[in-house]
Amino acid sequence: MARARARVLIRPKEGILDPQGKAVERALPALGFEGVGHVRVGRMVELEAEDPARIPELCEKLLANPLIEDFEIESIDGA
Amino acid sequence: MRWGVVQFPGSCDERDALHACELSGGEARLVWHEERDLAGIDAVVVPGGFSYGDYLRAGAIARFSPAMGAVAEFAAAGGPVLGICNGFQVLCEAGLLPGALLVNESMRFACRQLELHVEGSGERLSIPAKHGEGRYWAPEQVLDELEAKGQVAFRYAPGQNPNGSARDIAGVRSEAGNVLGLMPHPEHAVDAMTGSTDGLRVFEAVAGAAI
Amino acid sequence: MSSPHRELGLTDSEFDLICQKLGREPNGVELAMFSLLWSEHCAYKHSRKLLRRLPTEGERVVMGPGENAGAVDVGNGYAVAFKVESHNHPSAVEPFQGAATGVGGILRDVFALGARPIAILDSLRFGELDSLRSRHLLDGAVRGIGHYGNSIGVPTVGGEIYFEAPYEHNCLVNAMCVGLAKTDDMVRAAAAGVGNAVVLMGASTGRDGIGGASVLASAELGEGDEAKRPTVQIGDPFEESKVLECCLELLGKGLLVSLQDLGAAGLTSSASEMASAGGVGIEIDVARVPLREPDMEPFEIMVSESQERMLAVVEPGRVDEVIAVCEKWQTGAAEIGSVTDDGLVKVQREGEVVGEMPVGALVDGCPLYDLEPAEPAGWIYGNRETLAPQASPEETLLALLASPSIASKRWVFEQYDSIVGSRTARRPESADAAVLAIPEADTAIAIAIDGNGRRVACDPYAGTVEAVLECAQNLACAGAEPLGLTNCLNFGNPEKPAPAWQLDRSVQGLADACNALGVPVVGGNVSLYNEGPEGPIYPTPVVGMVGELPDPGLAAPSAFAAEGDAIALLGPFEPTLEGTELAKQRGELDAGLPQPDVAAVAAACATIRKAVRAGALASAHDVSDGGLACALAECAIGAGLGCQADLQHLRERGCSPQEALFGEGPGGFVISGEREKLEALASDGVAVLYLGRVGGDTIEIAAGDRSISLSLADAESAWRSLGERLDD
Repeated sequence: MARARARVLIRPKEGILDPQGKAVERALPALGFEGVGHVRVGRMVELEAEDPARIPELCEKLLANPLIEDFEIESIDGA
Repeated sequence: MRWGVVQFPGSCDERDALHACELSGGEARLVWHEERDLAGIDAVVVPGGFSYGDYLRAGAIARFSPAMGAVAEFAAAGGPVLGICNGFQVLCEAGLLPGALLVNESMRFACRQLELHVEGSGERLSIPAKHGEGRYWAPEQVLDELEAKGQVAFRYAPGQNPNGSARDIAGVRSEAGNVLGLMPHPEHAVDAMTGSTDGLRVFEAVAGAAI
Repeated sequence: MSSPHRELGLTDSEFDLICQKLGREPNGVELAMFSLLWSEHCAYKHSRKLLRRLPTEGERVVMGPGENAGAVDVGNGYAVAFKVESHNHPSAVEPFQGAATGVGGILRDVFALGARPIAILDSLRFGELDSLRSRHLLDGAVRGIGHYGNSIGVPTVGGEIYFEAPYEHNCLVNAMCVGLAKTDDMVRAAAAGVGNAVVLMGASTGRDGIGGASVLASAELGEGDEAKRPTVQIGDPFEESKVLECCLELLGKGLLVSLQDLGAAGLTSSASEMASAGGVGIEIDVARVPLREPDMEPFEIMVSESQERMLAVVEPGRVDEVIAVCEKWQTGAAEIGSVTDDGLVKVQREGEVVGEMPVGALVDGCPLYDLEPAEPAGWIYGNRETLAPQASPEETLLALLASPSIASKRWVFEQYDSIVGSRTARRPESADAAVLAIPEADTAIAIAIDGNGRRVACDPYAGTVEAVLECAQNLACAGAEPLGLTNCLNFGNPEKPAPAWQLDRSVQGLADACNALGVPVVGGNVSLYNEGPEGPIYPTPVVGMVGELPDPGLAAPSAFAAEGDAIALLGPFEPTLEGTELAKQRGELDAGLPQPDVAAVAAACATIRKAVRAGALASAHDVSDGGLACALAECAIGAGLGCQADLQHLRERGCSPQEALFGEGPGGFVISGEREKLEALASDGVAVLYLGRVGGDTIEIAAGDRSISLSLADAESAWRSLGERLDD
């Protein structure tokens, strides 16, 4: 049975305070990286699914909380 | 008065909640997360802790348990439900309460005794909070609606917001009013030997709604 | 061709001894297993002979050294189990996971006895805070302890943190756990019953910490320890919470013959130690061990330090029931072997024997070494002046209060859940010891963890005696009588003469103090080879003590209580400047400490204990770091009330103004309350010196030509400065 591999990227929605992103952004100049902004820190989930058509539903229901997060599905191979 | 305290793998404060329920009057039992039957239960408590390790998002996995399915039905029928800390997170994830709880602004867990302002009555309660993801958030217009409909139940007293919650909101209730969630832990404020006893007021209020 | 045994940390003569015991050369699996069990960390090669000096018996002792943890009887059929353990080397490499798994490990030691963990305390030491590395280690360790303890729902109720240059390269992370059990339900580790099944429960087995014990813990940390990162264990408190509930349910149902946790050296040590304790043999089929990674070799499976695993001996007919309980708690369970009568540890893979060693050789066959101690000539640690000689008494007090070792640790303990379980009657910083209610046994316990590496470096014997007295004093302030002691001995390289001398003298001090106080040692841990390129750490015996008190509500607060209360100093306090925080800041540290009068301090403890239990004191706080001026300031700040004190009577004991204000030493208690009640505590063996009164908003301390007049606000600002510093 073919299994599609997918990678889901989940990030905090625009406009929601992301203290982790801010902390990373603030630390960068001291390490010698100027001009880096708009850092958002999220989560990445990788999975294999026999029925790739259901992956978006899975993301909406469990992997991301649509109230506070956006998500993006990348398929690695398969459907 | 019969209380049911839901227990997930990773719950921590369920026994404390059980004890608090009994102190406030009545019997209390644990409801294992796989149980679907809440028969005989007058009020439900979803307790604090780290259900499922807080993995993925706090409360995200617990909210799909069979017991939470039963709690949703119980709430839809008007039954009183109290969500404490992780329980509040579970209720928000389950859509039984509006909004979401995000990581504390300081990005650190904070355990401290706080003063809560009870909206409506203006009472002050001394209750401890202990959490790393308690920053209450909802879109601005949702917050405006909550205020307008009197759904904000508790606010952190001025200067005591431990997590950056919007509008100092510490707890909210559902539109129908029978579901209540708060981040601080009233079950840890029921015994003078370990702190204040103001937490009993919260359990009494929920019990009052059950009668 | 290189010598694999040397790479694994075994000496040539140890290797020869192994060959002798086996009658042949060990194969790869056997060599790996021997190298771990014969490492310093597991075998206590350099310390075991010394530890025999410690008193371990007492009428309240239920479990002594040798079991997973020690335990004392608290009455009504209940026992309190406790132990402290180190996780120093892993924390220096990866502080979050090192500290987290340190907590995980000590929790397992306690619930392996059948005791439900009810408290955690931690003793941490890092280099000075102006080093980025120390900031990083502190931050990681505190987050790790919080992460593990909070997630598993066991309150972290106390601890201590010190910042000293000798710990810069080798931080110390010692975690203590206290648990509660019904005495009759407690279980031992000894495997028993030939033919019984051996069941592995909990997380699956991966490559975590492979070679951790011998590679990391038995060698000094040098350059290139970044490469050791793959051997650090990763903890999962959620898994542990499931394993804990599962084990307690299994024990409650009488389904287990014995239970052991998997810690350093994983399956190798638990299986062998269970067999050794039971006088039996054990066989393990590695093919039946649930694995997380594919293609693991037998030696890897045997030495893996994957966390959150427990090993149980179960009667064959009950294995199914055990597995069912594990399934209920969503934790793994697999029957992986059996108890035999051949006295061997036999490792098989699907019927083929891949390793076979006599239990005795593995567990008890390791040679024990004598130390070759030699007292160093003078102070070997260096000095750094951070406080100018012309600093005024106010500036001096502010510098001491702001010193990270003395300042309020609120930034740290607020990251810990100190209240889950509803037993905590005294939260961090409210009393000198943590106090927990035990309503099941109609009693309460107080817990303290203390040590002062710097003073032990000045005089290892006296400094260690002081550490034991410090614990006893802290317990006395809570009204508690000591029941038992656990200790973690953190020292440098025992093969070098100076650290060897420090270890020898320290253990003697520990033994003498415990004997004099009548407090048995019920368990402990040793961590050696804590040395970096600049030399050894301060010799740091960390002492954890548990005591009982009848009424937790009466445990005295540390801080003053009310305006107008009298303040007094009780006890044989004779302060000197040797080894003090002041001497450190002046850059004047040197060898030598006065010898403590244990009997006199014990008498003072008994008086305080009785007074606290009678409700005769409004507050009680023992004098330690920073001396009497700091103690008074702490009492004032905690109360939000100033004080006026005159130390003239103390000076009559022969100390200078400077010594009276900032000198340190055992035997001092700052107490407050009604003057008549305080003075009534004086007796033949116990002195009470009236000092002054609580009140106002300034701290006034007169001491001859050096007096202090400081606003309470300034004192508080200094004492709370650690949090601001760490938030930057």
